[in-house]
Amino acid sequence: MAIIDPGHAARQLLYERVFRSATLAAAMLVLVILGGVVVSLVRGAWPALSHFGFSFVAREIWNPVTDQYGALAAIYGTVVTSLIAMCLAVPAGFGVALFLTELCPTLLKRPIGVGVELLAAVPSIIYGIWGLFVLAPLLQRYIQPWLIKHIGHMPIIGPLFKGPPFGIGILTAGVVLAIMVLPFIAATMRDVFDTVPAMLKESGYGLGATTWEVIWNIVVPHTRVGMVGGMMLGLGRALGETMAVTFVIGNAHRISTSILAPGTTISSSIANEFTEAVGDLYTSSLIALGLLLFIITFTVIAAAQLMLYRLERRGGTAA
Amino acid sequence: MSRRGLRKLKNAAFLSLSLLATLTGLFCLAAILWTLITHGLAGMSGRLFSQMTPPPGSEGGLLNAIYGSAAMTLLGILIGSPIGILAGTYLAEYGKKSLISSVVRFINDVLLSAPSIIIGLFIYEIVVVHVGHFSAISGALALAVLAIPVTLRTTEDMLNLVPVGMKDSSAALGAYPWRTTLSVLYPAARSGIVTGLLLAVARISGETAPLLFTALNNQFWSTDLNGPMANLPVVIFQFALSPYKEWQNLAWAGALLITATILLLSISARVLLAILQMDRGAK
Repeated sequence: MAIIDPGHAARQLLYERVFRSATLAAAMLVLVILGGVVVSLVRGAWPALSHFGFSFVAREIWNPVTDQYGALAAIYGTVVTSLIAMCLAVPAGFGVALFLTELCPTLLKRPIGVGVELLAAVPSIIYGIWGLFVLAPLLQRYIQPWLIKHIGHMPIIGPLFKGPPFGIGILTAGVVLAIMVLPFIAATMRDVFDTVPAMLKESGYGLGATTWEVIWNIVVPHTRVGMVGGMMLGLGRALGETMAVTFVIGNAHRISTSILAPGTTISSSIANEFTEAVGDLYTSSLIALGLLLFIITFTVIAAAQLMLYRLERRGGTAA
Repeated sequence: MSRRGLRKLKNAAFLSLSLLATLTGLFCLAAILWTLITHGLAGMSGRLFSQMTPPPGSEGGLLNAIYGSAAMTLLGILIGSPIGILAGTYLAEYGKKSLISSVVRFINDVLLSAPSIIIGLFIYEIVVVHVGHFSAISGALALAVLAIPVTLRTTEDMLNLVPVGMKDSSAALGAYPWRTTLSVLYPAARSGIVTGLLLAVARISGETAPLLFTALNNQFWSTDLNGPMANLPVVIFQFALSPYKEWQNLAWAGALLITATILLLSISARVLLAILQMDRGAK
């Protein structure tokens, strides 16, 4: 008895095509968004880039009154604050990941892990307001005077710690960024450490190695690529972070030798000035800053992702 | 000291440093929460939920900002999450390991970490410039763009967790993949997908940078999606940096409100995921 309705099969096929196309279109939209970001930033930045040419990235001047703009101070601030953040957050993140994978009692593993992840969920504006009202005064009162007194006179690194303790500035922004990216670095490194086969570690312990020796000689070499990937993912975050930095950077478009002095970053310049920018060249220069930031962070994040993928693939075959 | 003693000492030193790092991290979380609670509670009052943001130097509440944040977050999720879920479905069910899905997956992972202020500039360029004024719609669009990568990623991961046997059984009954996806895979991965949605809401509801030049701010009550709209993050930004005591208090209260909401969302997402894993373990 034939109960197959030919119309039914045709309808099913039609639905299938519609659904498949819809999912494909949504997936393509992700690529369209990235393309759209590139095109719109380039178009918005074009007036400034064509007016100033290459000198846009090489000049420190940023003067809305005379309509002269250069990105160097902002690039400098972005790079230096991120470097400070990485110097503090990478060792700390490594320590946290180490603690969570190797030392922590099983009972505490989840609560502490969740605590670190919650630190990552706190919105960046909260870090900003906390940095401005709590961290900056602390640094101004205790840490910065100490740095000026003891390190400010040393040769070579001394000039980095000269000048009055403002509280806000490049160093404070770096410290806030470090606290912000610490959970990202710790969480990625923890996941990366978890990919080390237990047998490798146990072989180390079986030979009489201490916990630290197992970590340094087995876990670290085995996960080197992934660790660097995790660090760069954190770096990508630090470079592009806006609100936390805007609160504590001081927004001064100049390059100072001292890291205690106020400065600016690409993202905080945009956040501070964009809605108040008058004149096409001013707005366009800010968008050009955005384009630069996009290029820098895209490169860093893309490299980080490729490294993490490489580890994932290898982890898949080794396990 | 003996070689053995030295090794043990080195071990103890590094392990203590690692413990110290963890304690520092947890201390920071506690310090931030403590500041928020002490400062925020001082600004909490009934007025917060019943009055508008005040002019400088006078008392008021955050009602318009709370409404604006809720409206734009909701709208952002409504626009962004279907796209993310569909795209995640494509990667998990159709594209799998093809070149195109690898590219989409890679670009999505990059967008997941891309600076949100860039997304704000993008929406400014394609919407605000053409419309000619700031609007809540453009703010919601910026948030939607930020929500897509989060939902895409979790949807794909969760669909991949559904046992192949379920998919095969459905196919053996003659169902097309769309039917299998809607009637078998989505229900099976439901709590996982909801987790992704919660995480996306948590991610976008605290975003400030993309709203600065899309939704801007509005001192008054406004439900007009086509005009500027107040929202908590931008109000916090503006009020915290002002010299007025009343404004600063409101900023702290808003900060507490937003953090509590986000932490609650993140914790619920984790609880949901834990229940999901327990269910799976039991089966």
